[in-house]
Amino acid sequence: MTDDLNDLKAMMDKATPRPDAARRAENVALAQKNFADLQGSHDGLRPTAVTGPKGLWTGVKTMLNTMTTKGGLTATTALVACGLLIMTPQGQDLLRPPSNPQITMTEFDGQARAPQPETTTALVDELREDMSAQDATSEFDAVTLPAPLVAPPAEDQFADRTLPTVRDRAPASVQTHEMESDTIARAAPEAEIREESTTAMVAPAVPKTSEGVANLSAERRIVVAPAPSDDIAIAPIGNTESFANEEANPLKITAEEPVSTFSIDVDTAAYAIVRSSLSRGQLPPAQAVRIEELINYFPYDYAAPEAGEAPFRPTVTTFQTPWNADTQLVHIALQGQMPEIAARPPLNLVFLIDTSGSMDDPTKLPLLKQSFRLMLDQLRPQDQVAIVEYAGSAGQVLAPTSASERTTILQAIGSLGAGGSTNGQGGLEQAYSVAETMRESGEVNRVILATDGDFNVGLSDPDALKDFIADKRETGTYLSVLGFGRGNLDDATMQALAQNGNGTAAYIDTLSEAQKVLVDQLSGALFPIAGDVKVQVEFNPAQVAEYRLIGYETRALNREDFNNDAVDAGELGAGHAVTAIYEVTPVGSPAQLSDPLRYAPNTVAETSNELGFLKLRYKEPGEDVSQLIETPIIGSSIAGTDASFAAAIAGFGQLLRNPQYLGDWGYDDAIALANANRGEDSFGYRTEAVQLMRLAQSLSR
Amino acid sequence: MRMMTSDEDLATAAAAGDGAAFAGLLDRHYDRLFAFCFRLTGVRSEAEDLTQDICAALPAKLVSYQRRAKVTTWLYRVAVNAAHDRRRKRATYAKATTGWGDWEVNRTAAINDTTEKLDWLTAAMNQLNDDLRDTLALVLDDMTHAQAAEVLDVSEGTVSWRISEAKKALRAIKEQEDMV
Repeated sequence: MTDDLNDLKAMMDKATPRPDAARRAENVALAQKNFADLQGSHDGLRPTAVTGPKGLWTGVKTMLNTMTTKGGLTATTALVACGLLIMTPQGQDLLRPPSNPQITMTEFDGQARAPQPETTTALVDELREDMSAQDATSEFDAVTLPAPLVAPPAEDQFADRTLPTVRDRAPASVQTHEMESDTIARAAPEAEIREESTTAMVAPAVPKTSEGVANLSAERRIVVAPAPSDDIAIAPIGNTESFANEEANPLKITAEEPVSTFSIDVDTAAYAIVRSSLSRGQLPPAQAVRIEELINYFPYDYAAPEAGEAPFRPTVTTFQTPWNADTQLVHIALQGQMPEIAARPPLNLVFLIDTSGSMDDPTKLPLLKQSFRLMLDQLRPQDQVAIVEYAGSAGQVLAPTSASERTTILQAIGSLGAGGSTNGQGGLEQAYSVAETMRESGEVNRVILATDGDFNVGLSDPDALKDFIADKRETGTYLSVLGFGRGNLDDATMQALAQNGNGTAAYIDTLSEAQKVLVDQLSGALFPIAGDVKVQVEFNPAQVAEYRLIGYETRALNREDFNNDAVDAGELGAGHAVTAIYEVTPVGSPAQLSDPLRYAPNTVAETSNELGFLKLRYKEPGEDVSQLIETPIIGSSIAGTDASFAAAIAGFGQLLRNPQYLGDWGYDDAIALANANRGEDSFGYRTEAVQLMRLAQSLSR
Repeated sequence: MRMMTSDEDLATAAAAGDGAAFAGLLDRHYDRLFAFCFRLTGVRSEAEDLTQDICAALPAKLVSYQRRAKVTTWLYRVAVNAAHDRRRKRATYAKATTGWGDWEVNRTAAINDTTEKLDWLTAAMNQLNDDLRDTLALVLDDMTHAQAAEVLDVSEGTVSWRISEAKKALRAIKEQEDMV
């Protein structure tokens, strides 16, 4: 046998060609160029947290870890912890009575951005946990897993970074001339090219999103930006992040395409990513800005449904567009009901935690541990928690445990340490099989995946993985995704997984964001009140000449999908609010961008003064058949505080992404509008948004 | 002077932004990297392209390099992942042509620039599944089973098992051909 191998090796050695010298020089040059490029943005990849305290902390930890006797340990732990606290500047505050005890950054391994008040005893507890974790043997329960999925890794987007994707762009063909203006096939992949734009004939046409009237400047822009081929768009060279987004929704002409259909989106990851970019002093990549997620990040005080009504209530307001005096915004708000928290069903949560080497960063694993501690306080004794970690191999860290056993759970959380590469899929399979064992009727089952997005080894074929998650969704186990850290955040995969798992994707960059996602809005994130919520708006061509949906590019649905209950759409969680904004151009407005046609009949008989008709479909949790809500959209009204703030955020998102429709309206106007409509803002989210606008303004100069 | 510096020191310096260290490191490993890419793909042009992918991405990957791994181990892991990535991309292009089609394309390409013997080897390796092929490529590159296990992040036993599977498969292919 060994001879076989030696023969093979000899054969292989002989056959291996020398590298081509020219290619070698080329490749080495390419690598060096990328290396040089990277140095410019190097700072951006580094977390902004201070490193000093981390070093100090590590030193003390090492020292403590080498102590062996239990008695000495307990005594010295408290001593050292107090001494350490008092030595730090923050610790000095402890000596002064009786202000809230401040905690030092050391507690967070340098998590300077999110200091959190905590008591001294908590610190001591943590020290103990950290040490007892050393003894705790992490048991690995062999679980029979379903047959492994096939697949290569969705890891880094190597090829994408080097060669722009061209394959999906069909060349503009002559057949556009044959198209009747009133029968534009919606499915036709070619953008219609207008007669006068002969230059555009060389320009590649755009896939499905831009039918009809993509105007010239839009087309030119599209030529530069590679069309997203398979949902995966690529971040700039220099890191391995990738973001999911489509081209910005183009303007539609009502007479040609009166109906707009999309699925709701309750994710908020894009806002946190924008915030994290801006706080590091960089404008976010345009692809990272999903405007609907920016808008939906904020809590709004929309009218909630009465008891006995549908699980959510739509509110439609129409008001003047801040950035264009001649158009109007149609603001559609859905407010989900807040079921009585006390009566909520027990939760079965499986935390699937990425402990690969890349998680070893103050903004990743330590922040994650801290976040889960916050969340633990929200759980009840009936709730169950299990923890599965995945690095090179997947393993169960904590068997299903009642949430009342805090110490056991905290110990398990404390024992997590980063190391090795990532095997996202093996972990996922195991997490689901653990969830399976916890299932009981009437309880809510959910896997919560926490990762920095680096699905390395094993997560293979993304399609197979999505199918796997969608399968599990059918059996009632849902998946939510929490993203941590920057640098190789695979936003596209996160989105795809959460969307297929009927869950939300949130990005956690600070402890206060963890507080928002895992504490303040926990019930919304974990208890769906309506499934597959779809929105369809039919505009009245007699009133509205053109319209444009702001955001929701990744959530577009086909017109016929609206009534097809088999087509999946977003879930609405308890107490969630969803906002969608259309910019509409009334008939006869000077803001109309498209010229009337010369030959087609232009005038539409005025039959109604409604602007349009809103239809919503949703399923009650666990049901297969959808229900319909309908309401007309009527003319102008005055914007409330919430609607105006949402409009300011929509404007902000467009400034970051593509300000082509905004005219002269800029950051100053967005800041003024948002500032004037902060409302009560009891959590301070809106104030923070205004600060981010100011940051973006100074960065964009 | 650089020749005396260990790979690990060079990589650490490069990760911290030292351009000369990076150039030195790449120069030292380029040929071996290319040879390994050839084993992974079995086609010269594919190997050149794969090496290019890796070179382009290497600077960004280097940021995450951690000293506890040997540079060669780390580099091979990057290469294996890059190869997976390429295969996945190709798979989305032409799902229907995987298997026989893939093998045929590689075979015709291989005929042009390799000996008949290698042709057999490439073709045979291409019939192995990706895991077996990657493992075999590592072991053929003078790696011990333990080292290969570290690169692939599997246990040493798994590597040994894969190698024996690969041998079995190769033997079966050979027997089949001898019969014809």
